[in-house]
Amino acid sequence: MVEILKTFATVAFGLAVFVGILFGLYWLASQLPEPWRERARVAVFVGPALLLLVGGLIIPSIYTGRLSLYKGTSATKWYGLGNFRDLFTDSDNLIVLRNTVWWVILATTVSTIVGITIARFADRMRGEPIAKALIFLPTAISLVGAGIIWNFVYATKGSDPDKQFGLLTWLWLKLDPILPGKQEAHYWLQDRKFFGIDSNFLPGTNTIFMIIVIIWIQAGFATVVLSAAMKGVPDDLVEAARIDGATDRQAFFRIVLPYVRGTIITVATTTLIAVLKVFDIIQTMGKGGQFDTSTLANDMYTRSFPLEQPGYGAMLAVILFVAVVPIVWVNARNQRAIREGR
Amino acid sequence: MTAATIDPVTDAMIGTPKDKTPVGTKAAKRLSSRKGAIAVWVIAALWTVPTFGLLISSFRPEEDIKANGWWNWFTSPSFTTKNYSSVLDTTIGAKPFSDFFLNSVKITIPGAIIPIVIAAFAAYAFSWMRFKGRDWIFVGVVALLVVPLQMCLIPLLRYFNSDYFPLNNGVPAIWLAHTIFAMPLAIFLLKNFIGSLPREIMEAARVDGASHMTIFLRIVLPLSVPAIASIGIFQFLWVWNDLLVAKVFGGGAANQPMTFAMVDMVGTKGNEWQLLTAGAFITMVVPLIVFLSLQRYFVRGLLAGSVKG
Amino acid sequence: MSTLQLVNLKKTYENGYEAIPSLDLTIKDGEFMVLVGPSGCGKSTVLRMVAGLEDISGGDMLIDDVRVNDKSPQQRDIAMVFQSYALYPNMTVGENIAFAMKLRKVDKATIAAKVAEVGKLLELDKVLDRKPGQLSGGQRQRVAMGRAIVREPKLFLMDEPLSNLDAKLRVQTRAEISRLQRRLGITTMYVTHDQVEAMTMGDRVAVLRRGHLMQVASPQDLYHHPDNLFVAQFIGSPSMNVMRAEVVDGGSGPALKIGAQTLTLDDAALDRIPSLRSMVGRTVGFGVRPEALGDDGTGRLDVLVELVEMLGSELLVHCTIDSPSVRQTDDGIEVGSGMESMIIASMDTRNAIKAGDRVTLTVDTSRIHIFDMETGDAIVKRVDQPVG
Repeated sequence: MVEILKTFATVAFGLAVFVGILFGLYWLASQLPEPWRERARVAVFVGPALLLLVGGLIIPSIYTGRLSLYKGTSATKWYGLGNFRDLFTDSDNLIVLRNTVWWVILATTVSTIVGITIARFADRMRGEPIAKALIFLPTAISLVGAGIIWNFVYATKGSDPDKQFGLLTWLWLKLDPILPGKQEAHYWLQDRKFFGIDSNFLPGTNTIFMIIVIIWIQAGFATVVLSAAMKGVPDDLVEAARIDGATDRQAFFRIVLPYVRGTIITVATTTLIAVLKVFDIIQTMGKGGQFDTSTLANDMYTRSFPLEQPGYGAMLAVILFVAVVPIVWVNARNQRAIREGR
Repeated sequence: MTAATIDPVTDAMIGTPKDKTPVGTKAAKRLSSRKGAIAVWVIAALWTVPTFGLLISSFRPEEDIKANGWWNWFTSPSFTTKNYSSVLDTTIGAKPFSDFFLNSVKITIPGAIIPIVIAAFAAYAFSWMRFKGRDWIFVGVVALLVVPLQMCLIPLLRYFNSDYFPLNNGVPAIWLAHTIFAMPLAIFLLKNFIGSLPREIMEAARVDGASHMTIFLRIVLPLSVPAIASIGIFQFLWVWNDLLVAKVFGGGAANQPMTFAMVDMVGTKGNEWQLLTAGAFITMVVPLIVFLSLQRYFVRGLLAGSVKG
Repeated sequence: MSTLQLVNLKKTYENGYEAIPSLDLTIKDGEFMVLVGPSGCGKSTVLRMVAGLEDISGGDMLIDDVRVNDKSPQQRDIAMVFQSYALYPNMTVGENIAFAMKLRKVDKATIAAKVAEVGKLLELDKVLDRKPGQLSGGQRQRVAMGRAIVREPKLFLMDEPLSNLDAKLRVQTRAEISRLQRRLGITTMYVTHDQVEAMTMGDRVAVLRRGHLMQVASPQDLYHHPDNLFVAQFIGSPSMNVMRAEVVDGGSGPALKIGAQTLTLDDAALDRIPSLRSMVGRTVGFGVRPEALGDDGTGRLDVLVELVEMLGSELLVHCTIDSPSVRQTDDGIEVGSGMESMIIASMDTRNAIKAGDRVTLTVDTSRIHIFDMETGDAIVKRVDQPVG
C-alpha cells in the first residue's frame, strides 16, 4: 500500500515538476517587454522539443558515428573501419548478420502474405470483426510477454508425450505414428541447425521458431491495414472485371492486389523496420543471443553494454541506421505517391 | 503515415456502415468464399491458442502445470489464484515482482505524458506561431524519423552517467530517454493534426483576445483529443512494453519495469511455469484492457506509431 | 464611438507581391462601410490588416486617432465575424459568446447577463447549451454575430459573413445585420464580393480593384455617378451597357455616332456632361444602364432583338447593336473584337417584343455616361476639369 502511494507520488511529482517548469518559463517569457516577449514565447513552445532533438538525437548520433571507428572498453583506441571489417569477416559476427537477414526476409514476407490472405478472405465474412480482432490482439502484447507465451508453446520436458506441457512438443510426439520417420523429444530453442541441416547460410531451427513469434505479432497489423485498403477498392471495378469474365481469383490478383500495391509496400517496409530492431524476443527466448540466435539489434546491446565494446556496438548502430534510411525513403516516396493518387 | 490516412483503417476495424452490407447481397459475396472463411477462422484459432493456453495455465495449480499440458484442463478442471499471489511475492534482485509492476506504472505514465505534451507545444508552434526558419526546422524534425534509437544509446548513457548531468540513472533517466525517442514521430503526427485545424478559429480566438497559451489550452488541446488519445495510447503501450530503453538507462534492478523482471525470471526460473504464466499475464493485463476498451484509439495510434524509427 | 483611418496603407508580401500599393480610407463614427470588389482585389487583406491578423507593410492605421499598426488583435478592441464563422467547436453557444469576456476577466454575473441578453436579441436563447455542430447554418451565423456584438467593440469587422447561407436566408440575414448595426451604432467594416450586398447594406461603399481604391461613395452615388468604367460595370445587375462611340457635330450640338447611327443629345445630356461640347471628334465609351433604355427618353437607337427574358417585374431584352463593346480589364480598356455587341434593355413587361424583331429603343439621355477610352475615367460635370 505504501509502495503504491509512493509510486503515485513519484508520478505526480515528476509531472508536477515538468508542468511547473513549462508554465514557469512561459510566465517568465510573458514578463518580457515586446518584441522579446513574443520571441520568448515561441522559444518556450518549441525550445524543449528542439533541445531534446538536438541534444538527444542529433549530437548522440554524430558521436555514435565517431565511436564506431574506435575500440576498447571506453572506445579510446583508433580502429578505423576495423569494426566494420570484423562484422563481415568474423564467423560469429557473420552468423548474427545471417540471422538478421533471415529475420527480415521471412518475417516481412510471411506477415504480409498472411495479412493479404486474411484481408481477402475475411472481407464481408460473417464474424469478420471478431476474427480480425483475434488476429490483431497480439499486437498489444509486449515482445517479452509474447516470448514467454511461445516459450511455453515450445517447452519440452523429457520424452514422454503425455507429460509434455508445451503444445508443439506434445503435438510433435503425438503425431509420431502418423508422420514419417521417428519424432523424438526436441529442445527447439536450442537447435542451431536448420532442421538437421548444418549450414552457414541457413538459420537455426531456433531462429525459425523465434521468427514465428514476430510473424504472430506483425500479421495482425498487416491484416488491419490491408483489409482497410481492400475495402477501399471500388465495387464497380471488381464487378466490371467479373462481367468481363474474370474469376474470383483473377479479379483478386489482377484488380484488387494491384490497386492496393502502395499499401502493401507500406506494410512491408513498416514490418521490416520493426523486425530489423528485434531485441526483446532474443532476450526472452534465446537467452540473450545464445545458441547462435543473436541479431544485429541484440548484438548491439550485448556488445555495447554487458561486453563493454562500445566501438563495435556503435558500428552496429550505424549499420542499422544505414539499413533503415533507404527503407524509410522508399516508404515516404510510396506514401507520397498514394496521396497524389497512384 | 499521417493522421489523416489512419481514419479509414480504424473505421474498417470497428466496422463502418459500408462494412455492414447485408449478407446475401451480390456485393457481399464478392471475393470471399466458404473455404476462405474456414481458412480465416483456422488462422484466428491458431493465433489465439498460445495466449489462451497461457491464460488457462496461469490458473492451474503448480503440480498440474508441471505434470501435463493445459489442454488436460478441459478433462480435469482445476482452479487456483495462488500462482498470482506467489509471483507477486517472487523476488528478482531482492525486490518482489509487485514492485516491478509499480515501476512500470512509474515509468509509463510520465513516459507517455511528457513527450506528448512537449510535442503538442512544438506542433502548435510549427503550425500557428511565426518564427524564422519554421518550415525548414520542421523538415529537419521529420528527417530525424529515420534515426534508430540504437544510434543514441551509448552517448546518451554516457551523458546520463557523467557528473555534470543532474539525472542519475533511474526512473527520470528512463522518462527522458523515452521522451527523446518519441519526439520526432509525435511532433510529426501532432503537427499534421493541429496544422489542419481551421485557421479562422485561431484568428477568431486572437481577435477575441486570446494569447498563444490560451489558444493552445482552451481551443487546440480540446480539439486535438482524438489525435492525442491515439498517439498517447501508442506511446503508453510502447513504454509499457519496452525492454531495451529501461535496461540501458534504468541502472540496477531497483528501477526496472516488469519486462525486465520477466526476462530475468525466464533466465533464473525458466522451469517455474506457474510463476512465468501468471507473471506474463500480469504484464499483459494493462495492454489487453487498453486493447479491448479503447480499440478505436488503439488501432489508430498503433498505425500512426508503426513507422517509429 | 469610433473612427477608423487608413492613411497610405501598404501591404507587400514576402514574395514581393504588392497586394495593396497605397490605400486611403476613413470610416466615420457609426458608419457601415462595405468593401467590395472581385476576388483578389485586396478587400480581405485590408480587413485582416485592420484586425491585426496581417502585418502592415507601410502607412498608418488609426483607430480613434490612435496609431494601432503594431498593436496585436487583442489590443485593438475589435470584433470580427468570419466567413466560416470560426465558432469554437468544443464550446457551447453560450461559451462561444462568453469567451472573449472570460479572457477579459469580466465577472461571472455580468457575463451571464450579457450572454442572455444577446441570446434573446438574436433568438439564440434556446440553443445556448448546444455545440455549434448541432446548429443550422443560419443559427451558426447568428452565433458568430452574437460573439461579436456582445463585446461592444470599437469596430465590427465582417468578412463575407453571408456567403455560406442559402439565397433566401441571405436576403433575410442581410436585413437583420443592417438593422442590428444601425441599432447598436457600431462602426463597421464589411467585406463582400457581392455588389447587391454592398449596395443594400452600406452607408458608403468602397470599390477595390487589384489593391486600388476605385471609388468610395454612397450606394446611390456609386450607381448613378460612377467615377470610372470599372465601377460602372461592377455595380448593377445586369451591368451597364458600354459601347464605342464617336462624338460628332450634330448640327445644333454634339451627338454620338454609334456604329452607323447617330444619337442626338438634348439639353438633358449636355447638362449632365457639359464637356461633351468640347470633345467633338473624340472616340469615347458610351454607357447606359438597361433601365435607361427602352421605355422613355428622347434618344433613339435601332437594334435587333436576339432574346427576351421575362422576369416578372421587368422584361430584359437582349439586342445587338452595330458598335463594339467596351470593357475594363486588367490590361486596361478593351474594345470588343467584332463590329457588333450585345446590349440589354430593361423594359415594361407589357411590351410585346419577341426575338427577331427590329425595334427602336428610346434612350433617357439624362442618364447616360461617357468614359475616357484611355483611362476609363468617367467624364463628368466639371466644366473646368481639363479632359484628355
